[in-house]
Amino acid sequence: MTDSGTEKPRSLSVICSKGSFDMAYPGLILANAARMAGVDARLFFTFWGLDIVNEKKIDHLHLNLVGNPSAPVPAMIAGLPGVEALATAQMRKEMERLEIPPIREFIEMHEDAGAEIYGCQMALDMFKLTKDDLVPQVKDVLTAMDFMDMSEGAQIIFV
Amino acid sequence: MSLENIQTDAEGYLANREDWSEELAQELAASMGVSLTDEHWKVLNTARAIDAESGSSPGLRKISKRSETPIKAIYKLFPEGPAKAIAKIAGIPKPKSCL
Repeated sequence: MTDSGTEKPRSLSVICSKGSFDMAYPGLILANAARMAGVDARLFFTFWGLDIVNEKKIDHLHLNLVGNPSAPVPAMIAGLPGVEALATAQMRKEMERLEIPPIREFIEMHEDAGAEIYGCQMALDMFKLTKDDLVPQVKDVLTAMDFMDMSEGAQIIFV
Repeated sequence: MSLENIQTDAEGYLANREDWSEELAQELAASMGVSLTDEHWKVLNTARAIDAESGSSPGLRKISKRSETPIKAIYKLFPEGPAKAIAKIAGIPKPKSCL
């Protein structure tokens, strides 16, 4: 957003490549913040990031504890069955308390806010998925080159 | 107080909240190309009420829920950066919330 009107308006492209519950939020929060501030925003979901907009997975994303040095439990414990599910449930509760929206609602907020949501063609092919497997807020499925083209002049964030 | 003689901070938020009035809000909105309707006022008054109660300028989600105005509708009412626009027009500080 500029006052002079001569520069190009700011624009943000967020690439979401990770599908864990905790890594879904940073990209979503940044794109949403951009829209709230009047900055154009688009999101590109690729590789594991596709899980965030996968109709079957969006409500069941898990915290990533194994191999995560910030995990609140020792590595030995983190890998035990059910531990990640427990930690995820705990985090969901905490987020609800802070009024952070669940991911499905957050994705809906993005569409309502005018942020554009895209899936990665190659990732879809790799996981044998089609656009119909994704939530309806996904506007289109693109190649990396398409996304680069529409990101011309934009700031790009990779998560 | 009118638009010519009010003070704002570097980002355009009202420096002294005592300067705020409904007339000033109209002027501020007009300067952003927004003409205020009842729908706008519902959103602005909600933002002011939350700020007054909690002492912290609310983000969009809170304003949306409390004013029962969907996010989509808020973006229609304040198309250019609603979180900032609402705070500026309502005469409250820049929102502290990321949502």
